Amino acid sequence: MTHPDFLWRNPEPRPAYDVVIVGGGGHGLATAYYLAKNHGLTNVAVLERGWLAGGNMARNTTIIRSNYLWDESAAIYEHSLKLWEGLSDELDYDLQFSQRGVLNLAHNLSDVREGRRRVNANRLNGVDAEWLDADEVKKFCPIINVSDRARYPVMGATLQRRGGIAKHDHVAWALARQADACGVDLIQGCEVTGFELTGNRVTAVETSRGRIAAGKVALAAAGHTSVLAERAGIRLPLQSHPLQALVSELLEPVLDCVVMSNAVHVYVSQAHKGELVMGAGIDAYNSYGQRGGVHVIEAQMAAALELFPVFSRVRVLRTWAGIVDVSPDASPIIGPTPVDGLYVNAGWGTGGFKATPGAGWVYADTLAHDRPHPLAQPYALDRFTTGALIDEHGAAAVAH
Amino acid sequence: MLLIDCPHCGPRDENEFHYGGQAGIACPTGDVTDEQWAAYVFMRDNPKGWFHERWFHVHGCRTWFTVERHTVTHEIRKP
Repeated sequence: MTHPDFLWRNPEPRPAYDVVIVGGGGHGLATAYYLAKNHGLTNVAVLERGWLAGGNMARNTTIIRSNYLWDESAAIYEHSLKLWEGLSDELDYDLQFSQRGVLNLAHNLSDVREGRRRVNANRLNGVDAEWLDADEVKKFCPIINVSDRARYPVMGATLQRRGGIAKHDHVAWALARQADACGVDLIQGCEVTGFELTGNRVTAVETSRGRIAAGKVALAAAGHTSVLAERAGIRLPLQSHPLQALVSELLEPVLDCVVMSNAVHVYVSQAHKGELVMGAGIDAYNSYGQRGGVHVIEAQMAAALELFPVFSRVRVLRTWAGIVDVSPDASPIIGPTPVDGLYVNAGWGTGGFKATPGAGWVYADTLAHDRPHPLAQPYALDRFTTGALIDEHGAAAVAH
Repeated sequence: MLLIDCPHCGPRDENEFHYGGQAGIACPTGDVTDEQWAAYVFMRDNPKGWFHERWFHVHGCRTWFTVERHTVTHEIRKP
């Protein structure tokens, strides 16, 4: 698919902006859009090193859900899901948002207990959730092997019917078009190489296209956040890892829901065009290389074939990796940093796509008011010192 | 897949190993502030470039050792 450059201007950077957003992916574009729409801030630039939405926004598996265990997570992801539900209309662009239901499989007794607990926790937080036993899973998704002889027997699943997928490129383009129409400058091919500090306040960014003064600077750079933060003289508790995904050749419709298995690190859906989209777990080591090991894909495929024997003759079309920034508790970091005027939205790890509108909303609000949005408050950087972690590693396993 | 040089077993495939993250993280001693403890537990370098890191030959000789690896090219060199 070609990049629809006609949907936005391609302006030269101006010498100064009220807000400079570093990173033109989904979160950066959503932040720019909500700064303009919700707060009337349009003297805003989004600086993108490469091209718009060419990083993780082009590499994710497009799964959207909000069935997180902890209250803080449920609140921000459910806020995001509610925004998704109106986003195609609001942006006047078909995002192919399809609420086809997300299954999270349980393969052993502790998965079952954890799943039932999560259904209860979700309901208490106003998030739709159901528990399905193995027969009900089979009814909901007939191609899953629920035999008890399987290597990873399916003992049940949680179901969030409001969960689903969207067309990631359309999301980015729609947000870019609306932000641009509001007057936001989307500047591609513009790498931030340094920060100008006056005292402890950031006053400008140095870029490959010259100095740009900024009232506030908002990082939205996912896997490269640490690199940028270091240039501003701060350390963040983030580690960058490759996260791999793949697509199959195009198939007739065969799978009409999203199936996730945290225990075996597989998540799969069928895109509108027909390809199966599958994601794996992260590669173990730190990397910025946008590629991972074949053994990770192999292990994921082995598990996928146990769950879906019908896929055994499907061919892989291509695999790729994005660089995800993982925080110690697998939850994001949103808010101010030790440098005045410098803000961070990072640490979304393997689960940032679903949060695109929600993250943009709370980040824009945080920037506009110089204080964390209530939904962002628990995600402050100081939680690693106070110990108030939001431990979705334990709650959501790795893939989320 | 990386080919990792175990000091005991020689070059072996990556999936015999377990990753241990940044090398040289010392546990702070004496009177430790919350900030120092948080830095010890949670804060790690995340460079785009050469990185000293720990690997554990979990499916082999079970030796922990340090390698220097480039986080873009994945090239490994002896520290």
